Amino acid sequence: MLTLFILLPLAGAVMVLMLPQARAHEAKVVALLFAGAAFAVSIVAFVLLDRGAVGYQFVDRFEWIRAADAGFSIHYVVGMDGLSAPLVLLLGLLGTVSVLVSWNIELRAKEYFAYLLVLEAAVAGVFLSLDLIQFFLFWELELVPMYMLISIWGSGRKEYSAMKFLLFTLGGSAFMLVGFLLMGFSAGTFEIAELTAKAPTDAVVPLALIFWAIMLAFLVKLPVFPFHTWLPDAHTDAPTAVSVMLAGVLLKMGGYGILRIALPILPQQAHDSRFILAVLAAVSVIYGAIITLQQTDLKRLVAYSSVSHMGYVLLGVSAMGALGLSGAALQMFTHGAITGLLFVAVGLVYDRTHTREISQMSGLMHNMPLIGSVMVIAGLASLGLPGMAGFVAELTTFLGAMPSQPAATIAAIFGVVLSAGYILWMVQRVFHGPPSPRWAGLTDAGTWWERTAMGSLVVVILAVGIYPALLTDTVQAGIEPIVRIMEALA
Amino acid sequence: MNWQDQFHLIGPALALFIGAGVVLAADITRPGRVPVWGLTLIAIAIAGLYTLWHSVTGTRGAAFDGAIVVDDFSIFFAFVIVTTAAAVTLASRDWAVTFDQTPEFFALLLVSAGAMLVLAQSVDLIMIFIALETTSIAQFVMAGIARDDRGSEAGLKYLLTGAVAAAVLLYGFVFLWGLAGTTELAGIAAFVAQGDEALRLPLMLAFVLVAAGFGFKMAIVPFHAWVPDVYQGAPIPVASFLSVASKAAGFAVVLRVFYVGLGGGGTFIADDWAIMFGVFAAASMLFGNLGALLQTNVKRLLGYSSIAQAGNIAVGLAAVAAGSTLGPSGVLFFIGTYVATNLGAFLTVLVVSQRLGSDELSAYAGLIRRSPVAASILALCLLSLTGIPPTAGFIAKVYVFNAAVRTDEMWLVALVAIAVVNTAISAYYYLRWVRTMILDAPADESSFAPSYAAQAALAAAAIGVIFVGLIPTPLMAAAQRAAEVLQ
Repeated sequence: MLTLFILLPLAGAVMVLMLPQARAHEAKVVALLFAGAAFAVSIVAFVLLDRGAVGYQFVDRFEWIRAADAGFSIHYVVGMDGLSAPLVLLLGLLGTVSVLVSWNIELRAKEYFAYLLVLEAAVAGVFLSLDLIQFFLFWELELVPMYMLISIWGSGRKEYSAMKFLLFTLGGSAFMLVGFLLMGFSAGTFEIAELTAKAPTDAVVPLALIFWAIMLAFLVKLPVFPFHTWLPDAHTDAPTAVSVMLAGVLLKMGGYGILRIALPILPQQAHDSRFILAVLAAVSVIYGAIITLQQTDLKRLVAYSSVSHMGYVLLGVSAMGALGLSGAALQMFTHGAITGLLFVAVGLVYDRTHTREISQMSGLMHNMPLIGSVMVIAGLASLGLPGMAGFVAELTTFLGAMPSQPAATIAAIFGVVLSAGYILWMVQRVFHGPPSPRWAGLTDAGTWWERTAMGSLVVVILAVGIYPALLTDTVQAGIEPIVRIMEALA
Repeated sequence: MNWQDQFHLIGPALALFIGAGVVLAADITRPGRVPVWGLTLIAIAIAGLYTLWHSVTGTRGAAFDGAIVVDDFSIFFAFVIVTTAAAVTLASRDWAVTFDQTPEFFALLLVSAGAMLVLAQSVDLIMIFIALETTSIAQFVMAGIARDDRGSEAGLKYLLTGAVAAAVLLYGFVFLWGLAGTTELAGIAAFVAQGDEALRLPLMLAFVLVAAGFGFKMAIVPFHAWVPDVYQGAPIPVASFLSVASKAAGFAVVLRVFYVGLGGGGTFIADDWAIMFGVFAAASMLFGNLGALLQTNVKRLLGYSSIAQAGNIAVGLAAVAAGSTLGPSGVLFFIGTYVATNLGAFLTVLVVSQRLGSDELSAYAGLIRRSPVAASILALCLLSLTGIPPTAGFIAKVYVFNAAVRTDEMWLVALVAIAVVNTAISAYYYLRWVRTMILDAPADESSFAPSYAAQAALAAAAIGVIFVGLIPTPLMAAAQRAAEVLQ
């Protein structure tokens, strides 16, 4: 079933490419069908997942590269547990939303939707892979469609941003590969389940070095200060759908990698590094928030807020306890939904105003009450208002991190104040105030695809905020094995 | 052993040599009226079928007083070389009709390829030297065959550096012979196995000289200086042949001489040559990639890129020396994938530059709209050279780096770290090229398609790149079989 979730977008990409040129305008329909089918698969998998069971479920497995006599064999293994299930669901949802918000794409439409679907398949592969080499394969595969999507359909300095994104990720993943090979060699297997059960105790280089080699790739992806500089550029210059995918699921690849690979396989080294991680997290939260306050570009503002909010994920990780890890896993889901929605709204505003300069906008609420309201909802969720998804995740993170990392947590809590500042100030400048005559002719979100894209995300954010157990049960089942490993150390 | 059986074992090479003779003779007797292109293909096809016959009938054995063998290793390289020659010939079709030295070019190609087959079969220093010189001399002429200014410069440069390399190699061989008292690799191996510390310095002198001589063929730093100029100046079919077949043959003979003759892992000098190839590998990757970063001419760019790729293969050689069981098959597997990938890249350049009338990077702007087939295949091959999945280059890099990490040597782990950082550097220039083809506006909108022969060669390379990327096990098994006979 999970293989289907990877194959459906890929099949969609092939179908889109095979459309005759005269029917290129139907590419979006085909893409929506396949993205929607993948979303349906992810819903089914999420619902059917047994919360009480330990270990991976819906496992598909066969031998992919066989050279076992020489000690080199790689399996294709996909599986899901409570940690990956919410992210897969989020990917299914955002994959569909990103097709919807691209409904107006005319330029080289076939290629565009094909790349978008390949991107979804690659990220799905990362979330579902249970073999390190396979994980790395999908991790690298995601670069090609991202590079193309930003550099062809982006705006501004799109080629510079795309190359910067690519080189940062490749630079980080280069070290990740060395780390994976070393781990695989010292443990005799590349399978994550076996590595987790039997953590490597010895390698030719110190294990701490391996830990940091792997973490570098994840920290770049997350991104954490000082490796975050690619993110604002990539976000600002990317088309709306790509920003949604980037903020919504691609950043989560970093957090997911930390929780799935770095912590369970090298728990001792992770435990030793928790203070450094907490400091990096606090710096990211505060630094990201301060930089966000100074932004004059609407999209850049949301982008920098991601740096700040992904810092919470790392903060939760650095606590290394049940609550903190739950918080980190929840924050990944909620940030994906909330920031995805923020980027959708920003994209819709930009489609109408053709500027992202906050200073040039004023009183947009008069013309577009729906988009404005959605922006307010997403903004309030982003700053952690109770009753919305963001609150649940942030509160859990802070409660989890407080006992073990008090200083960093207090610093990070101050980040919430700052985020209230930049979100409310942004909403006030853009949507309230006197209506500007320049924007008098603008219309609200009227088409079905705009409304569906926004509506579905609003529903998710409110649902998780009002009834968090929808998510928390699953997440707790997912992080329980990690918690057990970490507690065995303490 | 009777003479028929002996010649049976070098049958594929003989087919190519005879083919060369037929091509030349036919052109002398009926100038301009013989389809030399077809004759060349037929000769290559016979050589390929002959190799296949060797392979499936289990024909193995030694001939000519043990100087020549047929084993899984020689058959692996025979397929590599024959495939390369066939692909280059197919893709040269459009180019050949505009060129008045065509018969000579194809005859030289056949001679050079035939000598490479012999080279991969040689297990005796004298035979190795003869085969190496035969293939080299044919290549010297091929490099200068265009007879314009750049072509002559390329030919002369290649000849001079090649002559020096041959002299150095021969000097090294003489030391080996003087020390071991035999020119047979098996005899040298027996000698090294019994050797002691007193022999260390003389042996090191010998193998450094030998490595320098072969380094020229493999085009690794610091024996690489000829590469960019020759690749740029020589006709593109020649450059593609040099960058693929000649390099593969170089690595084949290095594996034979060093792994069989000097022993991997166990012997007392193994660490020395391990570190030597480690240094060559690191230097090749760094110089190759940094050199490629600023190139605006695609032939020069591919020249530097092939230096960097040779560095990747040399990582595998260092692992071989350090005793990795995966090392020899890693080198062979990487060569197999490199052949498909680099052939795809070079042959597309051959086909495209012919139409564009330029081999500047800027001429490739918007190629995807002018020739979608050529641009897609070239982009695929460039991704494979970078090592991005799901292409063959990705699996090859993982395999070789894995072999190096598995030696449990700290410095090899560091070498792999250098290698992966270099992968990130190389992404910049490979993907810049992809970007130029896909994003930039074309200078003119006229579209074109390569000839069917060229399309067949390109499609074969592209299918190879994707197939090995998705299902690497068959090639991996072949590489392992070939590597096993060396132990």
